[in-house]
Amino acid sequence: MPVISLQHLHKSFGGKPVLRDMSIDVDQGESLVIVGGSGTGKSVTLKHIIGLLKPDKGRVLVADQDITSMNDVELNRFRRHFGMSFQEGALFDSMSVYENIAFPLRRHTKMTEAEIRTRVEECLEDVHLHNVERKRPSELSGGMRRRVGFARAISLKPDILLFDEPTTGLDPVISDVIADLIVEMDQKLGTTTVTITHDMKVAFKIADRVAMLHEGHIIAQGTPEQFQACTNPIVEQFIEGRADGPLTDGER
Amino acid sequence: MITILDRIGSRFILFFEQTGIWFDAFWRTIAWGFRPPYDVKEWFKQMVRVGVDSIPVVFLTTMFTGMVLALQTFTGFQRVNAEQFVASVVSLAMLRELAPVLVGLMVAGRIGSSMAAEIGTMRVTEQIDALKSLATEPIQYLFVPRVIAGVIMLPFLCILGDALGIYGGYLVAVKLLKTNPVIYKQNTFQFLSMNDVWSGLIKAGVFGLILTLTGCVRGYHTTGGAEGVGRSTTNAVVSASLIILLADFFLTKILF
Repeated sequence: MPVISLQHLHKSFGGKPVLRDMSIDVDQGESLVIVGGSGTGKSVTLKHIIGLLKPDKGRVLVADQDITSMNDVELNRFRRHFGMSFQEGALFDSMSVYENIAFPLRRHTKMTEAEIRTRVEECLEDVHLHNVERKRPSELSGGMRRRVGFARAISLKPDILLFDEPTTGLDPVISDVIADLIVEMDQKLGTTTVTITHDMKVAFKIADRVAMLHEGHIIAQGTPEQFQACTNPIVEQFIEGRADGPLTDGER
Repeated sequence: MITILDRIGSRFILFFEQTGIWFDAFWRTIAWGFRPPYDVKEWFKQMVRVGVDSIPVVFLTTMFTGMVLALQTFTGFQRVNAEQFVASVVSLAMLRELAPVLVGLMVAGRIGSSMAAEIGTMRVTEQIDALKSLATEPIQYLFVPRVIAGVIMLPFLCILGDALGIYGGYLVAVKLLKTNPVIYKQNTFQFLSMNDVWSGLIKAGVFGLILTLTGCVRGYHTTGGAEGVGRSTTNAVVSASLIILLADFFLTKILF
């Protein structure tokens, strides 16, 4: 029984189609990683899952509810089930790290200040950060910003976690640390997780299932092992990161 | 020929599109304003930003406008021996027209632009999407406190502007042009009615709504990185000022 079901999504921007008949399901507790080149619609797909974008055609079902037909108020309420981490962290730069993580708790729970403090500390502990509460987002490194973003995303104990390019712009070592952290969080919190990335190493590490998005729809999917053994030339070229192949025809 | 028509057509479409976006935002701000949670703390923060922090600018503009108005009308009225009306002209002009419009335009430049830049930056760094992902409607969290602050604080700034403008006129007329202070004071209030005060304050409130909402809307619809933020900031000031001047005419007609 899928928790998230994207059904025949079509989406264009300014007449340029980005998603074309894109369909994929995500099961309860599964960690799905969607890979693909730049501009293939990975971020757009993720934004459809949480209702930040509405499809031109098709349906997005989350826990059997069609979020494409919800109004602003219903959608706003429904988003409490989600935690989302953004590419550059998207931390609120007018607030400290503490305030960032406390923000959803203050708005959506009746927790006392002491309870909020405890929860913020728990969340920071979960992402292995210490003594950063008072810092401003601008004082943090890229890796630390991502982690604070993760901490903020899990503060309301969501059922579904979405990661938008969690390791882009980080060095290989920190990327690996972040990938480990995602695996750890996924296991500890038991969430359904959807990650998009173009880093295959990260993808194979955190995925129960990998799917490849190409020209607006899924062209291959399977467990990391199946995916690596895939004979589709596009997938092979992408995994190996070769310059020659069907992905780059017409560009070279 | 076709290209010219094409261009005119697309300008019209853009105009109607922007008008639609503005009124849609207006409506949604009202709707979300009545829904809990109420960010009262944020409301006060914005009120300080719009109101208190704008006092120096309002002080200088309205005071000097009052002064120059007295100077100019005196020169003109002297030619027809009507110097005694300088006081009435200054007070009427300040209350009904100059204080609200000048305050509106100055605050649009100061606050409308900074709101557009702030919200525009939040848009291009995905903080707006982050707000939504945290089940927080940006209209409610960002627009509502700013618009409330504009609608409430602009009339107060306008009262301050009224007082300063009239006082500026008094200073010039009495100290510089040696008019009789008692008669000047008397003439200042002689032809005023409460309607003059109210109409100015209502205008100021409407201008407060226009400049904050325009700043928010422009920021919210920013596209294209740092350059886009710059464009939104400029657009916010230009469109807010234009809408204020247009609205001024119609409000004057209605509130006559």
